[in-house]
Amino acid sequence: MINAVNRDIPDELLKDGKEVYQGKNYMDGKYVKKDSPKSRRYVKPQESKICESIREACERCGAHDGMTFSFHTEFRDGDYVASMVAKVLVEEMGLKDINVAATSLGSAQDIFADYMEQGKIIGAQTSGVRGRIGETISAGKLATPAIIRSHGGRPRAVEAGEVHIDIAFLAAASSDCCGNASGINGKSNFGSMGFGIHDAHYADHTVIVTDTLVEFPNSPASVSMIDVDCVCVVDRIGNVDKINTKEARLTDNPRELMMAENVAAVIASTPYFKDGFSFQTGVGGPSLAVNRFLEDHMRERGITMSFALGGTSTPICQLYDKGLVKHLMDTQDYDQGAASHIFKHKNHHEVDLSTYANAANKGAYVNKLDFVVLSALEVDTSFNVNVITGSDGVLRGAPGGHPDAAAGSKCCIIVTPLTRGRMATVCDDVVTVTTPGDCVDVLVTDYGTAVNPLRPDLIKCLDDAGIKHVTIEALRDKAYRLVGTPDKLEWEDQVVAIVEARDGTILDVVKKIKPFELD
Amino acid sequence: MITRPTPLKNRLRRTMMFMNAQKPGLIKDAYIYGSDSIILDLEDAVAENQKDAARFSLYQAVRNIDYGNTEVIVRINGLDTPHWQEDIRCVVASGADGIRIAKCESAQDVHIVEEHVLAAEKEFGVEEGRTLLMAALESPLGIMNAYEIVTASDRMFGCAISGGDFRKSMHVRIEEGGIEMLVARGQMLMAARAAGVQCFDTMFPNIDDMEGFRQEVIQNRKMGFDGKSIVSPKQIRFVHDTFAPTKKEIAYAEKLVRSFNEQADSGVGVYTVDGKMVDIPFFEDARRVIALAKACGVYEGDL
Repeated sequence: MINAVNRDIPDELLKDGKEVYQGKNYMDGKYVKKDSPKSRRYVKPQESKICESIREACERCGAHDGMTFSFHTEFRDGDYVASMVAKVLVEEMGLKDINVAATSLGSAQDIFADYMEQGKIIGAQTSGVRGRIGETISAGKLATPAIIRSHGGRPRAVEAGEVHIDIAFLAAASSDCCGNASGINGKSNFGSMGFGIHDAHYADHTVIVTDTLVEFPNSPASVSMIDVDCVCVVDRIGNVDKINTKEARLTDNPRELMMAENVAAVIASTPYFKDGFSFQTGVGGPSLAVNRFLEDHMRERGITMSFALGGTSTPICQLYDKGLVKHLMDTQDYDQGAASHIFKHKNHHEVDLSTYANAANKGAYVNKLDFVVLSALEVDTSFNVNVITGSDGVLRGAPGGHPDAAAGSKCCIIVTPLTRGRMATVCDDVVTVTTPGDCVDVLVTDYGTAVNPLRPDLIKCLDDAGIKHVTIEALRDKAYRLVGTPDKLEWEDQVVAIVEARDGTILDVVKKIKPFELD
Repeated sequence: MITRPTPLKNRLRRTMMFMNAQKPGLIKDAYIYGSDSIILDLEDAVAENQKDAARFSLYQAVRNIDYGNTEVIVRINGLDTPHWQEDIRCVVASGADGIRIAKCESAQDVHIVEEHVLAAEKEFGVEEGRTLLMAALESPLGIMNAYEIVTASDRMFGCAISGGDFRKSMHVRIEEGGIEMLVARGQMLMAARAAGVQCFDTMFPNIDDMEGFRQEVIQNRKMGFDGKSIVSPKQIRFVHDTFAPTKKEIAYAEKLVRSFNEQADSGVGVYTVDGKMVDIPFFEDARRVIALAKACGVYEGDL
């Protein structure tokens, strides 16, 4: 069945009430019956929940074949906990038919790829897949298609019972013996624990894995002991230096800085840029750099930002310190500057993924966003964005909060170079739709800016401000002229991943790529 | 294949950005940053055994990439090297807008280059006289001969001082405030203005020292330069902002031009505007300011 972004969704996926994507507000006003965890009662007072080993914690929580285990990825590429736990489950305990529900999956979890190959892990639900796991899923090694959900889509699915977490293994920088856990006060501080909090409320069992045991009570705590079954103390939960991966780096590249400057100019040209505006940036080099250029515009107008949302980095913390941002609503910290800023400053708040971006609750922060600046692997002439598959059709990216912030915000700006190597970023049809074009308003590239024709009001803003812009077709033509028009990818029939829209409908599917044969 | 418009001797050249001609990744879209001119370098940036590769890359770039309104100048190797003749053939064949003559010291140097340019234009069927020239003055002798150099050819649109080599031959190093180059800059500026050509300052090498860069650009403007060589896109914005006429200057220029039109009708020559005596040269300068403001894209009036 063809959906609203013109993607053909196989009928066999449309069962148990699953529908195809029908526009960004299709689910508005509908009701949802919330799922609830089956929670163990600890009536008899316990002195401590500390387990000798991860295995002991798994056994206490009744880990067995076919369960769904969840992990958060606040450590990004530096996470040790997911692999550590998976090793125990698979190699020590010999479990199989495992489902993984992670906020993301990347090189830190490469070992999962082995378990997928061996058929131990049979399902994966995540906001993103990079590295070997992406290649393994793309090769069709999972028994069931992986489900790609946005950061807002994940808590939606959890609350709707579409994914029921049996045991959540949550890395925490510090914990006391009863499981009051936090992203700070330890030796591997990652700051906000926003990715993990919601799981603790909905999982049947929650295990805190920490490398720093602190005195009781560890307060304030991000995850409360009332939700925690077990606490495990390990040598190291992660490498904080690897949180700041290349996706989250601060750029000094003149091309990216130029794009960032142009994005800031677009922002300043709209009526939403007024005192009390709100703002979010994604994790790409140019999007992060926008923070630097916003300051000049804000000072020129004499305005401040009411809140900055989402992943938080040092530049936005610096704006807060200068009094230009009133609140930081922080789901994850991209660097140590931000991780050591949260909780130390009154209005730098931790928010969980549902509060941040869930489209099925009664109102998340993304709905109050004026601007979001995001990157893209590809954008097509309908402004659909792909951030999940590479030009070879293999899974290698993460929507994260991309679709949520794009849908919720009043002005969504995508910033990306026009070409990457021999690949055209602006193209006829993206390989996979991860953010629908009706949520995307402006595209800024190094070769020019295009405004979605759905937004004539923004076109007028740019014209009035003297900002040059062209049609997205002109950018596509330029890209194809530079690097050539690529052949269409060829797919087999097997669906390897389902891309769920934030409202739970099916936005797109990723199929197994047909092996390339030379003529 | 790209056909570039006929180069203009007199045009806006606030920034002339150097790029290594050997690096396709750099030069493939050097225009996107918005510098007025780019200088594709065949000289110092290119290793001795890579000159041929650099020429090839330059030729392909200029033939195939639409640089639009961005001027494309090529810095050729010095006349004391075995490379400059082939460099000239490559530039002319590619259809680039002009040549920057490195280490230019005399009118004779200009004549030699001009001769070879003309020969190459004939060889490749390029319109004769199309390829412009500018001189890089890199030695005390070059500065002393600045006037004869910039008047040596009709193709000559301007000159630039090259600080690195110049300072070495003067036994000085970069000083805050630029006193070590003050006389040379001044003398070159006088020669250029006397000849009616443009004049450009040397590049500022320390890309990370934005404050030092700003000071130098401000001084350049106060001294009367038309523009500056730059080595990073990061330097473009400040030069453009600094060289554009200020709102105040534009407003005053407008007032002068309007009052001149009125006074001329009633036959008055010298009179006062805002309490200052003004006459014909003031109006010419006012017209220049407005033309510059228009070229810089900062003019919003209706003159």
